[in-house]
Parts: sequence; structure tokens; C-alpha cells
Amino acid sequence: MSEDGGTNGMTYLALKGIQKRFAGGTVAVQDFNLEATAGEFVSFLGPSGCGKTTTLRMIAGFERPTAGRISIDGKDITDQPPNKRNVGMVFQSYALFPNMTIADNIGFGLRVRKRPSDQIKQRVGELLELVNLPDKGSRYPYQLSGGQQQRIALARALAYEPTILLLDEPLSALDAKIRVALRLEIRQIQRRLGITTVYVTHDQEEALSLSDRVVVMSEGRIEQVGTPFEIYNFPTTPFVASFVGTLSLVPGQVVDAAAGALTIGGQPIRIARKFEGARDRAVTLALRPEMVSLGTGAAGMNNVTGKVTDVSFLGSIVRIRVALGGDGAVIALDEFNEPTLELPTVDSTITINFPADGPLVLDAAAPVESVEALISEV
Amino acid sequence: MTGSVDRLHNELDELTRLTPHVRRDRPTRTIIGSWFLLLISIAYFALPLVGTLLFSLRDPGFAAYRDTLKDPQLYKTLGYSFLIAIITVIVSIVLLVPTAFWVRLRLPRLRPVVEFITLLPFVIPPIVLVYGLLTTFSKPPLALTGSSLGSDVLLVCAYVVLSFPYMYRSIDAGLRVIDIRTLTEACQSLGAGWVTIMWRVILPNLRVSILSGAFLTLAVVVGEFTIANFLARPMFATYLQLISGNLAYEPAAVALISFGITWAAMGVIALLGRGRREKINVAGAH
Amino acid sequence: MTQSPEVLGARIASRSGRRRFPTNIFGIVPFVGFAILFLVLPTIYLFVGSVQTKTGQFTLDNFAHLTRPFTAAAYGASIEISLVTALVAGILGFLLAYAVIAGGLPGPLRTGIMTFSGVASNFAGVPLSLAFVFTIGRTGFITVLLKSIGFDPYSTGFTIYSKIGLELVYLYFQLPLMVLIIAPAIDGLKKEWREASENLGATSFQYWRHIALPVLLPSLLGSVILLFGNAFGAQATAFALTGGFIPLVTIVIGSQLSGDTLGDKNLGYALAIGMVAIMAVTLVAYSWLSRRAERWQR
Repeated sequence: MSEDGGTNGMTYLALKGIQKRFAGGTVAVQDFNLEATAGEFVSFLGPSGCGKTTTLRMIAGFERPTAGRISIDGKDITDQPPNKRNVGMVFQSYALFPNMTIADNIGFGLRVRKRPSDQIKQRVGELLELVNLPDKGSRYPYQLSGGQQQRIALARALAYEPTILLLDEPLSALDAKIRVALRLEIRQIQRRLGITTVYVTHDQEEALSLSDRVVVMSEGRIEQVGTPFEIYNFPTTPFVASFVGTLSLVPGQVVDAAAGALTIGGQPIRIARKFEGARDRAVTLALRPEMVSLGTGAAGMNNVTGKVTDVSFLGSIVRIRVALGGDGAVIALDEFNEPTLELPTVDSTITINFPADGPLVLDAAAPVESVEALISEV
Repeated sequence: MTGSVDRLHNELDELTRLTPHVRRDRPTRTIIGSWFLLLISIAYFALPLVGTLLFSLRDPGFAAYRDTLKDPQLYKTLGYSFLIAIITVIVSIVLLVPTAFWVRLRLPRLRPVVEFITLLPFVIPPIVLVYGLLTTFSKPPLALTGSSLGSDVLLVCAYVVLSFPYMYRSIDAGLRVIDIRTLTEACQSLGAGWVTIMWRVILPNLRVSILSGAFLTLAVVVGEFTIANFLARPMFATYLQLISGNLAYEPAAVALISFGITWAAMGVIALLGRGRREKINVAGAH
Repeated sequence: MTQSPEVLGARIASRSGRRRFPTNIFGIVPFVGFAILFLVLPTIYLFVGSVQTKTGQFTLDNFAHLTRPFTAAAYGASIEISLVTALVAGILGFLLAYAVIAGGLPGPLRTGIMTFSGVASNFAGVPLSLAFVFTIGRTGFITVLLKSIGFDPYSTGFTIYSKIGLELVYLYFQLPLMVLIIAPAIDGLKKEWREASENLGATSFQYWRHIALPVLLPSLLGSVILLFGNAFGAQATAFALTGGFIPLVTIVIGSQLSGDTLGDKNLGYALAIGMVAIMAVTLVAYSWLSRRAERWQR
């Protein structure tokens, strides 16, 4: 099967025009379209209430879409009840059956499918090995830690070789360190088995580090679909830009859209990415901290000066905030934490630089009342 | 077949749209079964009440009710029952709140023992309890049954014992929610003594629990017959039994009034308990 | 934050392992004293009386005499009625509770049924028996109604003044009690378990058989035991309805107290202690089951 997901290129999981409207009128998911290839690891990323879990539950069959079709491997499953779909689901709260041993929990899906008991026993043993808990078969769920329970939940979902693996924020109830270790394990297992996977999370670090592709959602709609690299470096909407990674939002004014000229904090800069707008129109510039460097840049870079308002030590990086001028423009920049690094002091005036093709000009096409409105929208 | 299922689905969706608070993720079969069971249960519970109502109305012009409400004994016994109930509640609170508090704070290992004691009234039903009380307290040195005051004391104490299971549980549940250790230490560091701690900090936080337990005790005391009867005290339930032997329609009216009082007490408990996840364990009837 | 000397003292003492004189225990003296005086002492008196002859000598004859036909019948009837009502109310009460909590009925119905259950579970004695007499007694309105459409229930030998009638009446407070007790356990059935079982391919029946019922079983059994105890100890309702016609243990004790004697008050004590023994067994069984039930709720 595939090593990095999605090699044979054929669509395995397809959601077309999916919509979910709840009683009372709330539209949880609107116009959702996705095609995932076999073996691909897709994440649904977004804030609470954006519809990612609802969409996942529709794939699992716990909610019926009010419009649209879902198909797996070419077969339309939209009207199939959840217990006939042969998908594997890992719940946020693990949902292990408390009255059964670990072995019985894992074997439940096989038991329901009437497999012979020696086959079940063997398979359970395989899965316990797979999730690295080989001698816990006779324990009960309450005797295991959270991380262990989650691995068992994963084993249980994989036992009967489902067509698709669905994970609903599986790590959010765990401690930070365990989360990091476990997510790597999940990805490794997924790669090994080559199973098409949909992973729901609100943690962008998880989504970016695990996925072949990320679907960023907001308020029931897809904002952007792309590889982690694309999502992070080339966000296509303000929401994606601000949700994924840290971003400085800097108010500016258009000087000449065709030439890519803007001013921020009264200082002229040039932006390579195309945007539109009449002269003097207010826009917002989105800048990633790692794009910005201390000092005057090489030819072709944008240079601006400002006063240092904050220097924060964040472990491996140091984040410096620089205020550009009177209208509240603050740019954050990250420098790697090196012992030889000479850090500027607060209230000193410094020059910083960033490339012309880095920043994104937000919402330059539509008129904007104020920068505050734009920022609050995003 | 599928056509009608689809139609049922559509109708359910429509119904769902109109009644958003209903849990509709259940299969149709279950919902129909649930309604069926519910209606039968309502019929079972309503019929005896209807029967009582009809009987009470046989005397034309609400005569049964008018005569009942004119009987001074009704008010005397009802008032007496309420009085006993209130005294019982007060004694119960004074006895149980400090105990529950102390056990939680200082004697956590004795908690199972105390809980066991509060479950004893279950093992010793009212008839056995009153039997034992009469045997114990009818002879010196503990002769109480001779005087009416003595019997009243015995009555209250018996009811306090009867209220142990749910008063204690209610109070304990309320204490579990507030961090009494930290509160107590805070009070002590500010110089407060035990009485202040109890009166100003603990009790106010237990208001809902205590009120729930109190209304439950009220309902039980007003409806209690066995102990009242054998201790020969003029309680509401014994009055009811008396008139049911002598009069025709009035007992029906009184029975409904008694039901109404209990319902009012429960309604208050429900109102108080709104928003709390713990439902107070209720005592059974006898 | 400065700590009071008292608190500090307790902390130091516990850390050093030195046993302070447990003055703390005095805090529960009023409570324990009260329980001893009004609960334990009366029971002890009864117990002492039950192992004595009329002349005060130790004997176990009283308990042997409980097997006499009259008293044995009383125990038999009490146990039978309690068992029947506990099982019937247990099953129906569970179904009703499930229906209003998780069965797809409107939310407000749950509150309504719960409140009503609180009321009905306390409704007993004279008013309850009267209510049933007015409904399906010989001249009760349902009886009359049925007669008017040609069916006379009393012609089948049914009468409300019988064990069956009593069981029917007991159900009125047993069923609501079941609903109240089992509700938390039903709440404890996590929605995810059902979803997980569906996801793994199980049908509704399989879910109930392998997951829901096993998890609920300790609570169900515990509740039935509680209902048994509740019915076993009931006196007022039975007396009001049958006037002592059907001898139950509680009624026999009641007659003993009112003066109609068994002829021997020590026998009466033995009867009472016999009741306590049976109730104690049910309590132990209930405690054990509820501890098991708690395990699932984690």
C-alpha cells in the first residue's frame, strides 16, 4: 500500500454537497465537498462549533445529512445505518465498554461479525501488539490510564479492518506530553496499515504534523483544503491565515495596487502578491513572525523601523514585538534562541525587514469599515 | 414498505423541526413504544385519583369539601402534623449538619460507619421501630409514653430517625460540592470559631440541600401513619383513618387534599433542585 | 496564609505519625448517641425480649415458633407480595424510566414524571387504599364502567381485598420508587457506548445484551432489592385496605401492639427481630450491588 498516503490517486472517500441542518434552523455544515484518496490522512481543523465533528459523524452514520451524498470506494453509503458501514471510529472520550475486559472490548467488532473465537483471540493479540500494550488484555478499562485507554480504543476500531478510520479529537483529553507521543504512534500505525483516515482536531499543531491534507473549517464551511505546507504558507482566506500559526495583523494603506505599493505605520513597502484597491484604501497586512528579521535586509527586502515594545523568551525562540507608528501597527518577529544572539532592549528603536512575497494583504477587494472590524472578523 | 418508512422519516423530520427540544435520534420503533408505555402508566396513576375525585363529588355541590373544610379536627391535626414536621426538620438539621460536616472534615475514615447508621432506618421499618420504642420507653427509667409531651418527644425522635437516610444524603451531597476544608481553614485563619463557621459559611451554602431534605421530611411526616397511630398522637394520617371509618364522602376529599399537599411539597423540591444534577434519594411509602 | 494553631497542630501530629488522642471523635457523639438511644436501644430491647421466655429465661423457642402455621403464613404472604411487587415494579419502572429519559420522549415529560414519582412514592396508607377502593372496589367507578359494558371483574373471583388487589395497590408507590432510583443509572449509560457499539457493527439487541444490560444489572438488582425491602416493611396500606384480613408480618406486629395478642409477647419480639434479620440481609445485598454499580460509573 502507500507509504505517504494517496499514491494510487483514486478517490476512496467522497463527500458531495454535504449539508446538515438541525431542528431549529441551525446549519452546522454547509456545502461540504471532499475527495480523499485511499490511504490518505485528512484532518478537519477548526474552532469549536465549526462543523468538523458533525461532518465526521455524518461519515460514521450518527447524523444524516440533510443534503448531499457520501460514498466509500464508489459505493453510496448515505442511507446506510451506522452499524452497517464498516468504518472504525475513535471517540474523544474513548467510549470503552466498562463491563468488558480490554480483550473483549477489542474483540467486540469481530464477535458481532460472528468470527470464530480462536480467530478473534489471535487478532486481539495482534492488535495489542500493534498499540504496544501486549499484556493488558485481561484488565478492565478503569484500570488503565487515559493514554492507554485511547490506544485500546484505536485497537478496537481497527480490529475488523474497517474501510475508513475516523478519529474525533482523540487526544484532547490527554496531557500535553502524552498527546505528542500518541499522535506520532497513531500516524505510524496509520501508515503501516495504509488506511484512509479522517482526523478531527482544533489543535493546528496536530493537524499540520500528522496530515497529508488539511481541511480548515469555519462556521460550517470549508475555508481551505491543502497540504499542511500550503495551508500554513499560502492561506487563501483571512480566517485560515489567522487560525493556522501565529500572525501579525498590521493596518496599512494602499498607495498603488498595480505596483504593489502600500504603507504600514506610514512607511512604504512593496508586496509581491497581487491585490486590489484604490489609493488610500485601508487594508490589513498579515505577516508570519518567522518571515521578519532583525536589522536592515538585503536588496529587495522591505525595511521598516519602529520601537521595541516586548521581548519574550519562548524556549527555542525569542519573540520581539515592534510598534511601527501611531496607528497601532505591531509586528511580531521570531529569532532562534542562540546564546550569542544580541537582543534589542525594550523601548529601543530598531529596523526590521521582511521579504516582499511573504505577507498577505487581507480583504483588499472588499470595502472595510475599520481595521478593528476586519481583525474581529478574523 | 420503504415508501412508508420514508414518509415516516419525513414526518419525523418535520416534527423535529417543530419541536427542537425533543431527542429524536431514537428509532421510530422505540419512540412509539415509549409513548405507549407512558400512556398506560399515566392511565394507571390517574385512575385512582379520578376515582377519588368522583367519589368526593357524589355529595352534590362540593358538600364533601365544604364539610371537610368546616371540620376543626382537620386543621388541628394538619397543623399538628406540620408542627411536628418542622420540629423534626430542625432537630434533624441540628443533629446531621454538624455531624456530616465533622465527618467530612476530620473523620473521613468513619464515613462508611456513619453512612451505615443512616441506612439503619431502612432495616428497621416504622412498625418495628415503634414497637421497639414503645417497649423501651414505656418503663422506667425511660418512661416517656405515659405523658403526651413524652409521646411527642418520642414521635419527633422517631421521625428524625426516619429522616436519616435522605436528610443525611442530601446534606452530604451538598457538602461534597463545596470545599469545606479550604473554607474552614480560611475561616480559622481569619479568626472565626466553629459556630461562626457553621452558621455563616457552611449552612448558607447548604441551603438548597437542606430545603430539599426538609420538604421531603415534611411530606413523609404528614403522610406517616404507623408511628403516629401506635404512639396515639393526633396526626393528620390518623385523623384520615378515623373519618374513613365514620363518614362516606369526606374521606375522599381529605385524601385528595393530602395528595395535593404532598404534590406541593414535591413541587417545591423540584423547583429547588432545578439545575442540580443530583436527584435527592426519596424514601418509599408504606 | 497563616494557619490556626489547631490546624497546624493536627498537621504536625499526622506528619510525625504520633497518634493524638482522638478528640475529633467527640464531634459525632450527639449523632451516634441519638442513633443508639432511638434506634439501637429499641432494637436491642426487642432482641433481648425475643430470646427470653415469659419468665425471663434464655430460649430460642420463640424463633422456632415462628414456623407455626399462622406466623409462617404471615412471613410467606409478606415475602410473596414484596417479591411480586418488587419484580413487577422493577421491570415496569425501569421501562418507564428509560422511556422518559432515553426513549425519545419530550424533555419536559421527564421532569413531570420525576416530580410525580416523588409524590406517588410517598402516597400510601388510608388515602391510597381508599383511592383504589373508589376505583376498582365493588362500587368503584371503573368496576361500574366495566359492568355497564358487560364485564363484571368481580365475577371472575377477583376482589381488591386480596393478595392480588394488595399487589396492585402497592404498585402505586413501588413503581415510582423504581423510576426514581434507577434514573441515575440510566443517565449513566453514556451515549458514546451506544454509538461505539453501532459503529462496531452491533444491532440494538446486541447493544443491550452485551453492554447496556450488563452495565445496568447491579443497579437493577439493587433497586429491586430496595423495593422488596420497601414493600416488606409496609404496614399502613395493607392494614387500611384489608383491615388485617390478610395476615402480613407487619400487620401481625401491629395487632400485637394494639392489644390483639398472639398470646405471647416474646413471640411478638421474635417476629419483629425476624423482620429485622430479613431486612438486614436485603441491605447487605443492596450495598454490595451498589458498590459494584459504582464501578461502571467511572
